[in-house]
Amino acid sequence: MNITLGHYLTLGAVLFALSVIGIFLNRKNLIVLLMAIELMLLAVNTNFVAFSHYLGDMHGQVFVFFILTVAAAESAIGLAILVLLFRNRYSVNVDELNSLKG
Amino acid sequence: MEIKSALFYLFSAVLLFAALRVITSRNPVHAALYLVLAFFQASGIWMLLKAEFLSITLVLVYVGAVMVLFLFVVMMIDINLDTLKKDFWKHFPLAAFIGAVLALELASVLMGGFRSSQIAVDTAASGAPVSNTRDLGVLLYTEYLYPLEIAAVILLVAIVSAIALTMRERKDTKAQDPGEQVKVKATDRLRMVKIEPVQQALVPPVVEEPKS
Repeated sequence: MNITLGHYLTLGAVLFALSVIGIFLNRKNLIVLLMAIELMLLAVNTNFVAFSHYLGDMHGQVFVFFILTVAAAESAIGLAILVLLFRNRYSVNVDELNSLKG
Repeated sequence: MEIKSALFYLFSAVLLFAALRVITSRNPVHAALYLVLAFFQASGIWMLLKAEFLSITLVLVYVGAVMVLFLFVVMMIDINLDTLKKDFWKHFPLAAFIGAVLALELASVLMGGFRSSQIAVDTAASGAPVSNTRDLGVLLYTEYLYPLEIAAVILLVAIVSAIALTMRERKDTKAQDPGEQVKVKATDRLRMVKIEPVQQALVPPVVEEPKS
């Protein structure tokens, strides 16, 4: 049985749904939230690469390249903000970040 | 072709298991290590899709740089694990509902759009062997040259901002400031005091006696 485009897209969809569930579950831990975002980007990238392969178009892989670049920058800045947050509040709980609430 | 199918199912199963462990593991260090495993499996899947350059880039950039950064941060900050897991499953019904709805929506789109249409183009079977890295490079440096420069600027901004956010200055260290040293003038260091050569003796003022 051949592996078709639908198989890869289903894999990406399941991975994306898993990471959405992870975002809802890990409300107390900002680090695992960032990891779930990385998983989401991985699912999207898998879809891009699958389409690029099955349609014979290289532009999808170029897009994956740029997504990788921006995701690396995003995680670096996110982790820097997280370290700064922990230094000030001694916690990475998302529910406690309510200083701006009036 | 059978080996490719078997490899696809193997990589997918391990990838989904690792993703499940990432979102449910008790310890953030374990979550980070399972995420490394997930990236390796995704790299294998991309290799099956003949995207060799991106697959190796995924391992180099993510496993080599981003996940090491995650592990550093996880070990640097001190998380109280008991409070993290106290009501971990409280949001699970909502999460499961949204996940199921999302999966159903995606499945309906995929089953409607991509089951019947046979758009599987086997690019390797036709013609000369192509180099994935060469094709990607040609495309990047001709058609996508301007976005590539923007990506470089984004990386530079990320470097500068990450350093500027986390660098703290300690108050008790003593260091020289060359700018202040260069900027100094002679009048700041040397003060001329004019001293009278002969000092007049202080005469107490004569207070006139009030006439009574």
